[in-house]
Amino acid sequence: MISFLIRWTTTTNHKDIGTLYLCTALLNMFVGGAMALGIRAELFVPGLQLVDPNFFNSLTTMHGLIMLFGVIMPVAVGFANWQIPLMIGAPDMALPRMNNMSFWLLPFATLMLVSTLFMDGGAPNFGWTMYAPLSTTYGPPSTDYMIFAVHMLGISSIMGAINIITTIATMRAPGMTWMKLPMFVWTWLVTAFLLIGIMPVLAGAVTMMLFDRNFGTSFFDAAGGGDPLLFQHIFWFFGHPEVYVLALPAFGVISQIIPTFSRKPLFGYRTMVAATLLIGFLSYIVWAHHMFTSGMPYGAQLYFMIATMLIAVPTGMKVFNWITTMFRGSLSFETPMLFAIAFVFMFTFAGCTGVMLAVAPADFQYHDSYFVVAHFHYVLVNGLLFAFFGGVYYWYPKWYGRMYNEGLGKLHFWLSTVSVNLLFFPMHFLGLAGMPRRIPDYSLQFADFNFLASISAFIFGFSQLIFLYNLLVSVRRGEPATDRVWEGAQGLEWTLSSPPPHHSFQTPPRID
Amino acid sequence: MVSLVRLLTASLLLSPALVAAQLNMPRGVTPVSRDIYDLHMEVIWIVCGIMAVVYGVVIYTLIKHRKSKGAVAAKFSENTPLEIIWTIIPMLIITAILIPSIRLLVDMDDFEAADLTVKITGHQWKWQYEYLEHGVGFFSDLSTPMSQVLGVDQKDEWYLLEVDEPLVLPTDRKVRFVVTSNDVIHSWWVPALGIKRDAVPGYVFEAWARIQEPGVYRGQCAELCGVNHGFMPIVVKAVAPDAFDSWIAKRANLPPKVSSDSGWTMATALERGAVLYDQHCGACHKYDGSGMPPTFPALRNSSIATSTDISRHIELVLNGVPGTAMAAYAPQLDDEELAAIITYERNAWEHDTGDLVMPSDIQARRR
Repeated sequence: MISFLIRWTTTTNHKDIGTLYLCTALLNMFVGGAMALGIRAELFVPGLQLVDPNFFNSLTTMHGLIMLFGVIMPVAVGFANWQIPLMIGAPDMALPRMNNMSFWLLPFATLMLVSTLFMDGGAPNFGWTMYAPLSTTYGPPSTDYMIFAVHMLGISSIMGAINIITTIATMRAPGMTWMKLPMFVWTWLVTAFLLIGIMPVLAGAVTMMLFDRNFGTSFFDAAGGGDPLLFQHIFWFFGHPEVYVLALPAFGVISQIIPTFSRKPLFGYRTMVAATLLIGFLSYIVWAHHMFTSGMPYGAQLYFMIATMLIAVPTGMKVFNWITTMFRGSLSFETPMLFAIAFVFMFTFAGCTGVMLAVAPADFQYHDSYFVVAHFHYVLVNGLLFAFFGGVYYWYPKWYGRMYNEGLGKLHFWLSTVSVNLLFFPMHFLGLAGMPRRIPDYSLQFADFNFLASISAFIFGFSQLIFLYNLLVSVRRGEPATDRVWEGAQGLEWTLSSPPPHHSFQTPPRID
Repeated sequence: MVSLVRLLTASLLLSPALVAAQLNMPRGVTPVSRDIYDLHMEVIWIVCGIMAVVYGVVIYTLIKHRKSKGAVAAKFSENTPLEIIWTIIPMLIITAILIPSIRLLVDMDDFEAADLTVKITGHQWKWQYEYLEHGVGFFSDLSTPMSQVLGVDQKDEWYLLEVDEPLVLPTDRKVRFVVTSNDVIHSWWVPALGIKRDAVPGYVFEAWARIQEPGVYRGQCAELCGVNHGFMPIVVKAVAPDAFDSWIAKRANLPPKVSSDSGWTMATALERGAVLYDQHCGACHKYDGSGMPPTFPALRNSSIATSTDISRHIELVLNGVPGTAMAAYAPQLDDEELAAIITYERNAWEHDTGDLVMPSDIQARRR
């Protein structure tokens, strides 16, 4: 037992750390998911039944923070740890000890975050966006713990990003030129630069919060000459690129899965790279589209509307390229491909509602309503989470040398796809009809769709147990996987054994 | 668990025949809301078109190019003209959306030549309206009783969307709103007027409406503003201009409310106090006075509510505690209401101090 603990706490192996990241994310997914089910249970019918409004606000806040910082980000980093060395022909990450540290900050930061639920005055209750002055003057004492946790998560992310950039820049196999990098590696390279750009900004924002709360400064306090809108600008300068920090690795996963099961190379590799870079750049300069109703001069509204819509162009290029990759391919529908196809459908839809939200005048009706909730859940759950599900099924046989159970995988896919749409699609209607987000109780005209959404949420939530069961059982009982695993798989990782040797590539492969 | 199930079924049964669920954005009753609606529909049709094309191609591919049907993969992986086309087409679509959007944005930003200015101030958790030209002002509070929220009583048709005093506005006149906040950020959202304006402390933001049809229009606070964010609705009552003129004249000439101690007994004070406490204090200090310490202190057995020094209690409620969530209630409630609440707090939850606070006690301590 002790040797087991020492092995896993001191490991510097990229595969072990990748597995640790993925397991942590999986665990957190059930924690954050339980909170979501708490929210949906309260919203099942009108009236207050299960939780009081303050705890409801804590639930929405913690659900958001945990799902973003504890699930989607670690999943993406887990994929990076596992896949980048395998895909570029390296023995490990460039900075293995730092890799260990950046992982081990994560569970403790998450624990500290979750522990706020049990503190006097309750957990942070001002939404994951932490808008001042609700989070400063009016925030519960546990807010300071949340700030510390966010700092730790930020340090962890920055170290991870430095590691990834260094690995990609210095450890590519001979002949692996930049324009031969697998798409997943490209997307993570851009993501890592985004992380280094934005995490210090978030750290700055929460540090100012800390000072306003404890040391008498007035960065965000109008009564002391500060500016509540300053917080929003700083927060969204972090917050919008953060969306692409989450999205780009998912795009990378999809760009690996679709060619494999289409038995056809990725269409338009060079435009895919260009689109990734362009999305990375644009993501930095569109933040205030989250603030159209916050109060902005007309010129600023105009600029942020136009810049935001421009993102649709490179994102569209990506979707068109995926579709053209499938076009005239030889398609087969194993579980990873099913998730990838569902991603293409639902992410395209989320992109379309994104364009709607970018229309500044109309955003005055959409903003802070359930329409927005529906939109970003389509991006994050129906889109990104599905991409990562697909990625897990895709690489699981390579990682652990055993096939998952295909039948259970398909059952997981179909149950999830049907229920997740019944869960989030009606929320568009709720938002258009006027239901604000983050409310624990609602008027009667919103009852039908909330009822439907709550039931679907429970089906979706419990469907994930099939996923968990499949992963756990298949590690020992799954059929042994071949080296190539998938008929159409291309790339260096498939030239190694399944599971790959401890130090991946002992001698660098040659790429022509 | 059994009680939980019973609670759920009870709340279901208590809901009256549900209002038919609305699917789309309301078209609204102002030029701006109607333009927003038209723009919204235009963009919806455009994105439906995009989705039809994209999904059409995907579905075609999924059916035609299956390996199980013997499809053999082609080898192509690049096509420059095609890629240029699908870069240019989205640009054109964006331009088509931007032109009407920019025009509407200009229109929404035109606050000139207003016939009437209403100042809207967000408070935790109520709205304050002031007709700046007429010297009329009042607070507008949720009027749905807690008993409906907790499922004891049947929920009304306008459950959570009803207030004690609505904002009355004239039709066919340009009303300018100036929006600000007294504490945290709120957002004044009435879908039918096409207005959503964040109320930010330290800022005054503008919006305008020219209501074209008389009626009652409802909305809610749209920015998370604390515990009772879900319980601060907005009700706008639009009436014909002459009806508005006579209403505002009557409202402006209302004699100032004089509080009187006559007939003020423990029974009346406690009865009113219990209702008012739930309405104004219960969200934070809890209906049983236990509070949510340390942010919202418990009143039950607190020194403030039980010590013999009543003036401390009155001062605290009147002026609030700067730098905390405790607001000043002097501007929000009248002497009788405050006397009732404080009397209730001093006698509820086995406090039984027997203190009866008189309206004149409040009057004397107002600054």
